[in-house]
Amino acid sequence: MRSSRHPVVIQMCHWINAFSLILMVGSGLKIYNASPIFGSKLPGFLTLGGWLGGAIQWHFAAMWLFAANALVYLAFNLLTGRLRDRFTPLRLSEFARDSLDLMRLKLSHADLHTYNALQKVAYLSVMIAILVMICSGLAVWKPVQFPLLRTLMGDFDQSRVVHFFAMLYLVLFSLGHLIMVAVVPRTLLNMVPIPKSSHTEDRVHESG
Amino acid sequence: MSQDEKSRPSWLSHRSEIVREANQLLSPVTRRAFGKQLLGLGSLTLLTGCELTDDASVQVLLTAMSRWNDRAQAALFNPAQLAPTYSKSQIKRPFPFNAYYGLDEVRQVSEQGFKLALSGLVKDKQPWTLAQLRLLPQTSQITRHICVEGWSAIGEWGGVPFATFLQRIGADTTARYVGFRCADDYYTSIDMPTALHPQTLLALTFEEKTLPARYGFPMKIRIPTKLGYKNPKHVVEIIVSNDYLGGYWEDQGYNWFGGS
Repeated sequence: MRSSRHPVVIQMCHWINAFSLILMVGSGLKIYNASPIFGSKLPGFLTLGGWLGGAIQWHFAAMWLFAANALVYLAFNLLTGRLRDRFTPLRLSEFARDSLDLMRLKLSHADLHTYNALQKVAYLSVMIAILVMICSGLAVWKPVQFPLLRTLMGDFDQSRVVHFFAMLYLVLFSLGHLIMVAVVPRTLLNMVPIPKSSHTEDRVHESG
Repeated sequence: MSQDEKSRPSWLSHRSEIVREANQLLSPVTRRAFGKQLLGLGSLTLLTGCELTDDASVQVLLTAMSRWNDRAQAALFNPAQLAPTYSKSQIKRPFPFNAYYGLDEVRQVSEQGFKLALSGLVKDKQPWTLAQLRLLPQTSQITRHICVEGWSAIGEWGGVPFATFLQRIGADTTARYVGFRCADDYYTSIDMPTALHPQTLLALTFEEKTLPARYGFPMKIRIPTKLGYKNPKHVVEIIVSNDYLGGYWEDQGYNWFGGS
């Protein structure tokens, strides 16, 4: 049996992503509140930066971390073949079967190395959402310099709407993700760099 | 591996038991570690920036990143890339008024006796009357004004291409900055490449009529490649300089380049 632990690069990417996403969402909501798209403002305790200028400083500082981390993650997955190994094949029949199992609360977690179809779809959708987040963010930041992105989104105002919903998707995913980790805490073990000596499970499997 | 296997005591062969035990030992630890992580990240957002942004070292980092973003934007700025233009039917009416004060405090500048002052690295520092400016070649464009707050509105501005004006006054176009001082005590400054951009206007009209007071009479610098706060109204003095001149909002923390 292969180790179900994630490579250290993936572990690092995961936690940097979580950290930068919190900074991006907190500062982004403060910026949103300066001119809400949907009428009402969001509660202040969710926001970061104190005022619009401070929030923009946070947002445009953390964006480099967020985007660079996404690039490292994508490059690692592509170069090592991990993307193919863990996310393909993706079959509709498996997706239907796993969805049914989830609803019956019978989804198996016996083999943590192999993602079930729901995990594949969920994690791939997050990769796409982050890509949409970056593209729409670039269109909001530089609508003149990136005419292709601006046109893809519709125009400047629509870029903001796309940016907002991509954020909402990532936040909802994160909440669902936290619930799933609470249900299957062993998965967390695969995402933390525990010293080798205490990682008995893997060593036993490897020697067998 | 085989050597290790041999040297291992016999109890190690009871693998399933050991795995179970390891899981029992590890899970509470990692759960606690995870809880700690969550608390740390959660409290970060609960600080709502006040304590966090007021922290001197954090502010130093954020300011340094803002300067880095100035350089990144200058590198991204393509002098030949034009902002999109729109049709007359897309103009926002009434076009929103925006300033650091209310509509009732709009400065009323009189054309009589008004002269635009020039200073810094300019050969001909003769001040300009509005009548003289109106004799220069004029152009107009319908572009989107984007506010740093996130809203946007399409408007039509007409006036003298700013590059033409800079050439006419013999400005040193190798200088780094062009600064603007305004009748409402507002001030800002821009980079020279943006000042020379073909769409940067010394705007004298809005929707083909003399610029009304609320939109910045006697003149506004209309820059469709920059955010609203980089588009000064009621301009009374233009400064060409190699010294950083800052701006009203920029000095409070808004990004200086403010490009779009």
